[in-house]
Amino acid sequence: MKDFRRTLLILVPYLWLLALFLVPFLIVVKISLSDIALARPPYLPQFSWADGIWSFLSQLDLENFAFLASDDLYWKAYLSSLRIALVSTLLTLLIGYPIAYGMARAPEEWRATLMMLVILPFWTSFLIRVYAWMGILSQEGFLNQFLLWTGLISTPLTILNTNTAVYIGIVYTYLPFMILPIYAALDRLDGSLIEAAEDLGCSRLSAFWLVTIPLSRNGIIAGSFLVFIPALGEFVIPSLLGGSGTLMIGKVLWEEFFSNRDWPVASAVAVVLLLILIVPIVLFQRNQQKQGDP
Amino acid sequence: MTFKWLTASATIALAGSAGFADEVRVYNWSDYIDEELLSKFEAETGIDLVYDVFDSNEVLETKMLAGGSGYDVVVPSGTFLQRQITAGAFQKLDKSKLPNLANMWDVVEARTNQYDPGNEYSINYMWGTTGIGVNVGKVQEILGPDAPIDSLELVLDPANMEKLAACGVHFLDAPTEIFPLTLKYLGEDPDSHDPDVIAKTEPVLMAVRPYIQKFHSSEYINALANGDICVAIGWSGDILQARDRAAEADNGIEIAYHAPKEGALMWFDQMAIPEDAPNPEAAHVFLNFIMDAQNMAQASNYVYYANGNAASKEFLVEDVIGDPAIYPDEATLENLYTTTPYPARTQRSVTRLWTKVKSGV
Repeated sequence: MKDFRRTLLILVPYLWLLALFLVPFLIVVKISLSDIALARPPYLPQFSWADGIWSFLSQLDLENFAFLASDDLYWKAYLSSLRIALVSTLLTLLIGYPIAYGMARAPEEWRATLMMLVILPFWTSFLIRVYAWMGILSQEGFLNQFLLWTGLISTPLTILNTNTAVYIGIVYTYLPFMILPIYAALDRLDGSLIEAAEDLGCSRLSAFWLVTIPLSRNGIIAGSFLVFIPALGEFVIPSLLGGSGTLMIGKVLWEEFFSNRDWPVASAVAVVLLLILIVPIVLFQRNQQKQGDP
Repeated sequence: MTFKWLTASATIALAGSAGFADEVRVYNWSDYIDEELLSKFEAETGIDLVYDVFDSNEVLETKMLAGGSGYDVVVPSGTFLQRQITAGAFQKLDKSKLPNLANMWDVVEARTNQYDPGNEYSINYMWGTTGIGVNVGKVQEILGPDAPIDSLELVLDPANMEKLAACGVHFLDAPTEIFPLTLKYLGEDPDSHDPDVIAKTEPVLMAVRPYIQKFHSSEYINALANGDICVAIGWSGDILQARDRAAEADNGIEIAYHAPKEGALMWFDQMAIPEDAPNPEAAHVFLNFIMDAQNMAQASNYVYYANGNAASKEFLVEDVIGDPAIYPDEATLENLYTTTPYPARTQRSVTRLWTKVKSGV
């Protein structure tokens, strides 16, 4: 009886994973092995019980993956996404760390308020916030109007529809995901360790480098993954703020699916993207587990 | 604009759920109706109307081919309608439920006949041309008073585009319109389906690509009206709406639309009922409502597009029926061309070329 209960308990998360990850993923894999067709849905073959599963499987092929490999668009898009995600993660870290540090150092009675301020933007739809950036960054937008008014520039800057705008959008959107884990790590940090380091002859700066940073390492790693993983597949930000020169795999995926109506190729792109993402996700999981073990 | 994105995203959320008996769901192009008509429809018929918008035929086609879109009325353009009829996406209209069909204009019906033989699956909503919208003041300031604002040279000659880049140029994100337009500029058949002929557009588009700020099919209305960009390849009525928004804002910006003198693409947006529409009964009521002469005129007067409704003409304001950019005269009509859908074989090379034009890779 006890064994049965235990099995049931383990079964639940596995069923969850099966229903919400594995089954959808297998459907995508199946489409990626099909051929494009003008039909509903727009790919062939369709599975039917009458023909039997083997005749269905024999019609599948790897042609779409060969197509991906033969066309440098996809590799360039993957690489460009990797670059944009890496640079954005770094920028988010550089901006997020001092904020988290300041929060952790703030007097106890302020912290709840500061935490609230970090979370507050989530109360507004993500889409509206990105849209607001279009109003700020456009040629006739607030930023240009302000800079023209101060006399810093004489002709408006073109920021909207460039990669710069994409970086601004990603860093802005994912900043809380960086701040919160770092704050959690810094908050737990025992202040007496820093005092000890200073007593033992460390300057404030070297105490920061040698004690604070290593002890907040787990927060930095968690925050970086939380920013990097969604940024890599980001679609909304590059499509709203990016321009014709912005190449990101999320956008390519959308184009293949909606504009080109090429579901098989879109699915192949998605499968490869997932395989690429598995590496950082596994690293992230291992880091989380290590953190759990004392 | 924000509102539009919200409805677009809400659409995704709603698309799967089933409709109610007294509800009709319409999926139309953005900026394409006088919203007063929507409340008028609800008041007159007692049917609840869910009205969502899109800005690309490709997105609509994806939904139609996926099936289960949940919409009762959708509005593809002629060539896309033809493909989707072939794929079995639509149901035949029950003409006995559409007495207002008598209002339709035979001239337009004769043209839409090539996409939907016998007009069995669709009615014409509106039609227009694809051309060039310019911020007259800014373009003349940059290129001089003789700037070729009525010619494709303005947007396809790199010498002009290089100078215009700083003030912003948008192109429609619509391969089925930009390729024919470029072929016309090259003196080729705009409706060519030969991949080798279509490939000739590549060097032309790649040369001007660096100067194109964005490929997008609806942002240019506001961007032109606010002065964020100064040139757009866009749809006639949309640019005329930008002209009016700028005039209303009184911001000193003058927008003009020109069908290119080399010839312009003429397209037809057709209302049709998806095969799996939850409420085809209400869809017919909606189509009949739209074909009412006064309703149709109200829509055209608001969005500056010509319609396929002969009876509506007497209710059109002079600004619309008297404008050759909307209701072309005989001479202009001769300079318009139409296109047909690409065969499946050509489709992938066309879309790949389009991706190359947009992304540079």
